[in-house]
Amino acid sequence: MKFSLASLFAGLVFGLGLIVSGMANPEKVLGFLDIAGLWDPSLAFVMGGAIMVGVVAFAVARKRTLSFLGFHMKMPTSNHIDKRLILGGLMFGVGWGIAGFCPGPGLVALGAGETKAAVFVAAMVAGMGIFEVIERNRAKA
Amino acid sequence: MIEIAWNNFTPWSALAGGILVGIAAASFLLLNGRIAGISGILGGLLSPAKGDIAWRLAFLLGLIGAPAVWILATELPPIEIEAGYPALIIAGLLVGVGTRYGSGCTSGHGVCGLSRLSLRSLAATLSFMGAGFVTVYVIRHLLGV
Repeated sequence: MKFSLASLFAGLVFGLGLIVSGMANPEKVLGFLDIAGLWDPSLAFVMGGAIMVGVVAFAVARKRTLSFLGFHMKMPTSNHIDKRLILGGLMFGVGWGIAGFCPGPGLVALGAGETKAAVFVAAMVAGMGIFEVIERNRAKA
Repeated sequence: MIEIAWNNFTPWSALAGGILVGIAAASFLLLNGRIAGISGILGGLLSPAKGDIAWRLAFLLGLIGAPAVWILATELPPIEIEAGYPALIIAGLLVGVGTRYGSGCTSGHGVCGLSRLSLRSLAATLSFMGAGFVTVYVIRHLLGV
């Protein structure tokens, strides 16, 4: 219960942050990705602001084995840079560049009642489903 | 030569929003001991382990519910989606498959991964940012859409 409440809080603050920052607006995102046009560097400040806070949080987290609510710290263990990571990143980037949506802003815009965001999110979930199916077949083979 | 769109440049709201995103990721990390990676939280619902569903739904509920909470205070800023439906479907599929193959998106690799100084996440972030820049270049300047 505590875990879910903290998750709800984090999700809500995350969403509000995306709205404040302008990232929930695909045109703003595409303005950032369009270096060759009239470039809007604003979104670099979103990353900068988030990482400023994040660096401190991870420095604190690194010294702990339990979270402040008493849960085990579940940190990523892989530091492998492989083909899957890069190809997956490239695919994601192409999709991001086409629509101006990455997963978080897509969900926030869906919550704002945007039909087009709902279509994007449905396709994204379908894509994640395709991944699951491919992975399960690979595991069986 | 890079030309800056000064009329659209909003460094302060971008920074403030970024700090909020950072606070969200920090609280998820320090309260629950987890990385706030949105594609992972959503994608994990498709092969859920026992006891692993409620908190994912709660996080997504917060995210999707953010606009509803926002309008209690003030009007929502504009959300302009230029892409047509076929483009949105292709983009969604690519983002869905790509983020799961690459084990993360802008939040997990970009915000959290860079914050914990992970080279793996830096490589992922460079991949998707690079692909994003190239894609917009091709669409807007080569194809002229």
